[in-house]
Amino acid sequence: MAKEMAGMERSATWQETLIHDASLEGTAVLLRELVAHLRQNRTQLREEWAKRITEAKLLTAMSKEEIFAEATAVYDQYVEALQTGTFEALQAYARSLSERIIPRGVETHEVVGIVLLLRDVLARSLFAKYQADFTKLDRILDAYEPAANRIANTVAVGFVQERERVIRQQQEAIRELSTPVLQVRERLLILPIIGVIDPQRARQLTEQLLRGIRTNRAKVVVIDITGVAAMDATVANHLVQTVEASRLLGATVIVTGLSPEIAQTLVTIGVDLGKMNTVGDLQGGIEQAERLLGYKVVPAGVAS
Amino acid sequence: MEVPVLKQGQFLIATVQAALTDEDLVHLRRAMVERVVRSRSLGVIIDVTAMDIMDSFASRTLREIAQMIRLRGAETIIVGIQPDVAFAMVQLGITLEGVVTALDLEEGLDYLKNKFESSA
Repeated sequence: MAKEMAGMERSATWQETLIHDASLEGTAVLLRELVAHLRQNRTQLREEWAKRITEAKLLTAMSKEEIFAEATAVYDQYVEALQTGTFEALQAYARSLSERIIPRGVETHEVVGIVLLLRDVLARSLFAKYQADFTKLDRILDAYEPAANRIANTVAVGFVQERERVIRQQQEAIRELSTPVLQVRERLLILPIIGVIDPQRARQLTEQLLRGIRTNRAKVVVIDITGVAAMDATVANHLVQTVEASRLLGATVIVTGLSPEIAQTLVTIGVDLGKMNTVGDLQGGIEQAERLLGYKVVPAGVAS
Repeated sequence: MEVPVLKQGQFLIATVQAALTDEDLVHLRRAMVERVVRSRSLGVIIDVTAMDIMDSFASRTLREIAQMIRLRGAETIIVGIQPDVAFAMVQLGITLEGVVTALDLEEGLDYLKNKFESSA
């Protein structure tokens, strides 16, 4: 009895496997048929797609010729991905396409839009071809839909990832540009800070300043924070650390331009103000720095 | 590891070569004071350019060296702290409080000369 049961179970498993294999083979066959259809009708399907893109007012940043060229490439990559079932080539293409069109101002919704339009155009052509045979149409769509969705996904994600990469790059550039260390006299550096300082920027600032002190052999640094509206205790501590680290490199720091809010923060968190050399404004700070360095500024033409 | 100490007129220059162990630092502390006494030096420069780490023991020992040398009427100045080392130190709260520092050997000599010329 047990053996019979086991035997029956085994044959059930065999049957499932047979069906599974058959449907897999079926899918492969259908996909081949599908790809052949898409290749044969490449010209008119591509035109139909380009027409839909224009109707939907997508890719307005690009010229007709450009849209046609990219559409051709996308179409071919699309069909290629359907045929091979691998998506690396498509991913690579999506990235390079994104690199090209992002600087042109193409938006995410446009990219997603055109890929979905292509999916629709191709689906409609399948409906048209197999409308006489619903069972076959059903199976063809079973094969087509998952692959088409994966393609749309791959292209959209590729585009978004490229956008994020560009944004990160721009943020980094802004961070670098916004904390210049400027030499205004022999041995005198000025660090004008503008905008919001978060702990990461504060850290970057300190590193840049210390390197600048060493490179320029600065003895005095004026850090001007007129352009900083507020800072929290963490950033205020970073500022104090910057002053201390600069001293270790033999440089005196003068902080200028403290707003009332920042003055309040510094007092509240109990910063040892004896360690901090502060002057009201940048002009005053530079004048004091010059005195510390032994400069005397006299109007030209006046007898000294 | 022996730290080489050179005499430059009335000043001594000690150049730390690389990472110092705690024993090296203790040895340096005794050696520097003895040299100051023997040479009747007015000032000491300790060049830590080659040190890529400065921990709290090193910092405390350097402070003690400066204090001991001051008791002999001489001035100590630490030079050559690297930007990365300075950054790490302040983050850990190691400050070398009360010790004069300068960028490098040239600055250190400048400082000592000015200090003793003006009082001469």
